[in-house]
Amino acid sequence: MRKTRQLAASAIGAAALLFIALTVSDAGVLGRSPGQWTPDQVGVIASLSLDKLTAASNDPSNAADGQAAAIAFGRALFNDSRFSRDGSVSCASCHAPDKQFQDGLPVAKGVGVGTRRAMPVVGTGHNAWFFWDGRKESLWSQALGPLEDKVEHGGNRARYARLLQTHYRTQYEAVFGRMPMLEGVPGDASPLGTADEQLAWQSIPAGQRANVDRVFANMGKAIAAYEKSLAYGESRFDRYARAIAANDASGQREFTAQEVNGLRVFIGNGQCVTCHNGPLLTDQAFHNTGVAPRDSARPDRGRAAVVAKVKADPFNCLGPFSDARPEQCSELRFIVADDPALEGAFKTPSLRNVALRPPYMHAGQFATLEQVVNHYMQSPAAVLGHSELARGKGESHAERKPIRLSQEEARDLVAFLATLSGPIVEKAPQ
Amino acid sequence: MTTRLFDTTLSALALASLAGCMTPPPDLDLSLQHPTQDKKFVVAMQPPTTPPAINQIHSWQVKLSTPDGAPVTHARINVDGGMPQHGHGLPTRPQVTRELADGTYLVEGMKFSMTGWWEIKLAIQTADAADKVTFNRVVTDPTAR
Repeated sequence: MRKTRQLAASAIGAAALLFIALTVSDAGVLGRSPGQWTPDQVGVIASLSLDKLTAASNDPSNAADGQAAAIAFGRALFNDSRFSRDGSVSCASCHAPDKQFQDGLPVAKGVGVGTRRAMPVVGTGHNAWFFWDGRKESLWSQALGPLEDKVEHGGNRARYARLLQTHYRTQYEAVFGRMPMLEGVPGDASPLGTADEQLAWQSIPAGQRANVDRVFANMGKAIAAYEKSLAYGESRFDRYARAIAANDASGQREFTAQEVNGLRVFIGNGQCVTCHNGPLLTDQAFHNTGVAPRDSARPDRGRAAVVAKVKADPFNCLGPFSDARPEQCSELRFIVADDPALEGAFKTPSLRNVALRPPYMHAGQFATLEQVVNHYMQSPAAVLGHSELARGKGESHAERKPIRLSQEEARDLVAFLATLSGPIVEKAPQ
Repeated sequence: MTTRLFDTTLSALALASLAGCMTPPPDLDLSLQHPTQDKKFVVAMQPPTTPPAINQIHSWQVKLSTPDGAPVTHARINVDGGMPQHGHGLPTRPQVTRELADGTYLVEGMKFSMTGWWEIKLAIQTADAADKVTFNRVVTDPTAR
């Protein structure tokens, strides 16, 4: 009996010593013990977790959204390089499934070379606005842009309509009903194409032009249905956030002390969460953060250059090819059109899987996340427009504080960003 | 012991800096009814009864009256705002689309793209008067819907 008690006492003593040792070692690494979050911080961390992501609602402007047949049709179109000028480029060329649905290049390369970084397509079913400048307001309309862009797919809608008729008629008609006859439609014609293609487009009777536009729009709707099925899966951060919310101490071991500290910087003095908020780590809005343009002689105006364009786009939510009622087109109806802050502003990207998808920024200006974090620590003045980041005294953002991080905090932040990596999953239709 | 004290100070500093960029000022006036800047009108703001999700476009109602409580009809109301601590404006341009009843206006296109302190600024113009008013709104948990 006495022996047992002695053993128990020793065990308790050893455990106490171990506890002290652990505490001291944590304190040595961090300057504070990990996992100690205030209720406010717990709330912020939970708000970034995938557990808080509600299912994306169906796009009212796309009646094919969520249909299994449209998803399968869209997947085939997404991977089919016949839909390009020279048969070499599909959507998957710049949005490669084995490269996080991006291409790993600073600026996209299609039949020519673009001026911006290819964006990720995963999780975009939750988007408001598409492309870095938001020049499209639906996923289906977005899909149409590169198909006719002269340096991306470089093709034209007349040719695409004929290709659909030849190769995909059954799949098309299963989703969208009878495909119109395309007699009299030239092989290559588009209002946005070369001079010859524009002339050819003008030669088509108006009713037949509308048929081609309708087939082209439906092509975008099928591709959008497929893209919308691509979702980010659970990351180590999501498991850590769940453990925090449940006050589960063992689950919190998912994170190293450095990652815990990086998260603290992310939601604290790094101010990252100011724009990278919600489960997809984006506010879906446009900001100028003073990232230097690739070509300072011709700086990219970003959002400011496209507001009129998206309002006039025949493939927008209010246009003749949309399935939505006008009152459902809220983003377009209440678009910010005249704010000087749109000059040089670009869309906040999601940070899901960010460590797996260099380079960074709208034109791949930075090769590493260390450079990205350093940019925010420097907060340079914008070449065009005005950076929202505070840059110390003399700035007009009275309420915004400059981002001041130690080198150690910057390293911790980069370590945290890698915890946002998880699988990409293709969701079954609901 | 010295090390412990130093750590505690660091933590306190870290918390203070967190408070600096995340937390709204403690003395914010969050009331949804006030007189306008020059006391020409009284404005009452009515958010939706069910709090909207982050980034969900929704509508508010604005009740506009004279200082003695008479409804003010046929006013033109311009809506603006933003996040003073972040240096950006509203993600949408909300608009008064209808006068639902005498002095009660429907503001469509409201959207908050994140939690935190937002300002909603109204510029009001009638045939005989113009005035401005600012309301503060602290947007909380996005899953409140």
